[in-house]
Amino acid sequence: MIGFIAKRFINYAVLSAIATLSAYVLASIILNPASRYLGRNPRPSDDTINAILDGLGVNPNTPVIERLWAWIVNLVTHGSLGDTIHNTTVISEMTARAGTSLRLLILGTIIAAIVGVAIGVWGAVRQYRISDQAISYASFTILATPAFVLGILLMILATMLNNVLGIQLISFTGEYTAGLDGGWWAHVLDRAAHLLLPTISLALMGAAGYSRYQRSAMLDVLAADYIRTARSKGRTRGSALVRHGVRVALIPMSTYFAYSFATVLAGAAVTELVFSWHGMGEMLVQAITQSDINAFTGAILFNAVLILIAGTLADIVYAALDPRVRV
Amino acid sequence: MSMLDEVPIGDIAAGSPETSHSKKPVSRLRLVVSRLRSTPRFWVGIIGLVAIILWAIFGLVPNAWNATDLDVYNMGSRPTGLHWFGTSDIGEDIYAQTIVGLRKSLIIGLLVGPLAAIIAGVVGAVAGYLGGWWDRAIVWVIDLLLVLPSLFLFILLSPIFKSLSWVALIFLLSGFGWMIMARVIRAQTRSLRERDFIKAARFMGVDTWTIIRRHVLPNVSSLLIIDATLGVGGAILSETTLSFFGFGIQAPDVSLGTLLTAGQGAAATRPWLFIFPAAILVFTVLSASLVGDALRDAVDPTSGVNRD
Repeated sequence: MIGFIAKRFINYAVLSAIATLSAYVLASIILNPASRYLGRNPRPSDDTINAILDGLGVNPNTPVIERLWAWIVNLVTHGSLGDTIHNTTVISEMTARAGTSLRLLILGTIIAAIVGVAIGVWGAVRQYRISDQAISYASFTILATPAFVLGILLMILATMLNNVLGIQLISFTGEYTAGLDGGWWAHVLDRAAHLLLPTISLALMGAAGYSRYQRSAMLDVLAADYIRTARSKGRTRGSALVRHGVRVALIPMSTYFAYSFATVLAGAAVTELVFSWHGMGEMLVQAITQSDINAFTGAILFNAVLILIAGTLADIVYAALDPRVRV
Repeated sequence: MSMLDEVPIGDIAAGSPETSHSKKPVSRLRLVVSRLRSTPRFWVGIIGLVAIILWAIFGLVPNAWNATDLDVYNMGSRPTGLHWFGTSDIGEDIYAQTIVGLRKSLIIGLLVGPLAAIIAGVVGAVAGYLGGWWDRAIVWVIDLLLVLPSLFLFILLSPIFKSLSWVALIFLLSGFGWMIMARVIRAQTRSLRERDFIKAARFMGVDTWTIIRRHVLPNVSSLLIIDATLGVGGAILSETTLSFFGFGIQAPDVSLGTLLTAGQGAAATRPWLFIFPAAILVFTVLSASLVGDALRDAVDPTSGVNRD
């Protein structure tokens, strides 16, 4: 089992490293960091611009392969990801933002997985009943809704609710209320209130996808002989379904989870932007609009590491559930 | 990432139990059609899709306004008899704008879906049929693209595509929408390669490209048709998301995404600017994916995902 997981981990690690390096090369070819200075009035001299770009290590006159090598050497020897165009280090920018993104991602993914699996199992057990049909059409509708539309619709609903109640029950702009007075608890409550809508938005999207997949996996299992065997040896229906059914149906889910995590990341980035959170998604988009190669690579590295972790976790679950890979 | 290879391969040659009762063998096409007919989801989807396409073509006829008209006497009005979906703050008719935007989004979706499916078919068949280093290299690229979320790549590449026309967006979207299906096609092709009819062709000296074109691709065509249908909805979603953040369709052109951007700020106070285009968008994508989903069930009733 350790061997299996180690093999998968190395596979993911190599993929993540290559993805990050390709992102650096792609960004270096496409983005032109000099354009930011060329538009200034008075225009800085070419020497000044070259000096600035050399300092950042993003001068287009240096061959890409040389810059990539310098970036790798810098990462290995100093543990540094370079500087942003605002002369802060990419690492400090990332530590300031990562917490925001992780809070949303971890909560959203866990809720999505639990709700999705529960709804999927429920739908499979009650196949073709009205509740199953309602769940199916609801998840198709959510899957057909872009992340930003879902976010804004939730905001409209929250505004209507606030208007009806006459108080600001749900707040949704930004990550916290600026200049809030009060103690530690007031701040925690405030952040939780701001977290509510983005988390719902992300969890709904994830749960819709997971529930479809879990339902079909569960339907496969329900027809299997070992469920009948479990029933005939005296297990109750619920116990047979949970101990023998859900457990087996979760095995393909773990693979699906690893594969869908990149989609979740993109959805989270969109959700952050819609709710104007200053997270990694915003950093990535800003880096592209401002032609900031180092910051872009940092943001991609963050995503790659998350995919690495999610993939490995999914494989651990896979190995724990499926005895065949443990031999 | 080798787990995706384990995608169950539907046995194309296997007949279903329904066929054993009739004397004349039922053709595969008729079997699929009869399965489709009895799926309510297919009817909901196809009627919705046809309705939305007809509406996109003829919807402007009964309307008194064009998308570019400005009604200076009714700026920012609610939905009325004069302006069915209301007007924007400079007097644009939202109904007319929605139809023009829908046309663009539909064109993009209907072109990108099949185009991505064709790329998936060719790449997957080449990887699966040639095997060896070609296979490894292609699978490696596919895995890489699966790790890098394609939305981020779209945004990165958008500076190049912004300067070109919206047609370039079609190629961008189809260029990154084929990976998952290519892996499925590859797995399917690897099993086809060992079948007798392909072996016979190979031993008779038919060249590789002809075998792929004449024998491999027709045998995975049902998968490609499903992928093309499901891709329509996915492409429309990608296009609107990109346009929403200003990376897709640019100003003089209108798509559902740019309309939603314009309506976003007023979403809470003047919801008609946002709700109508959003509802049309969700309805379109939903119809396309219902059709694709029903098609998948009809072609391969044992397929894992979304089985009914």
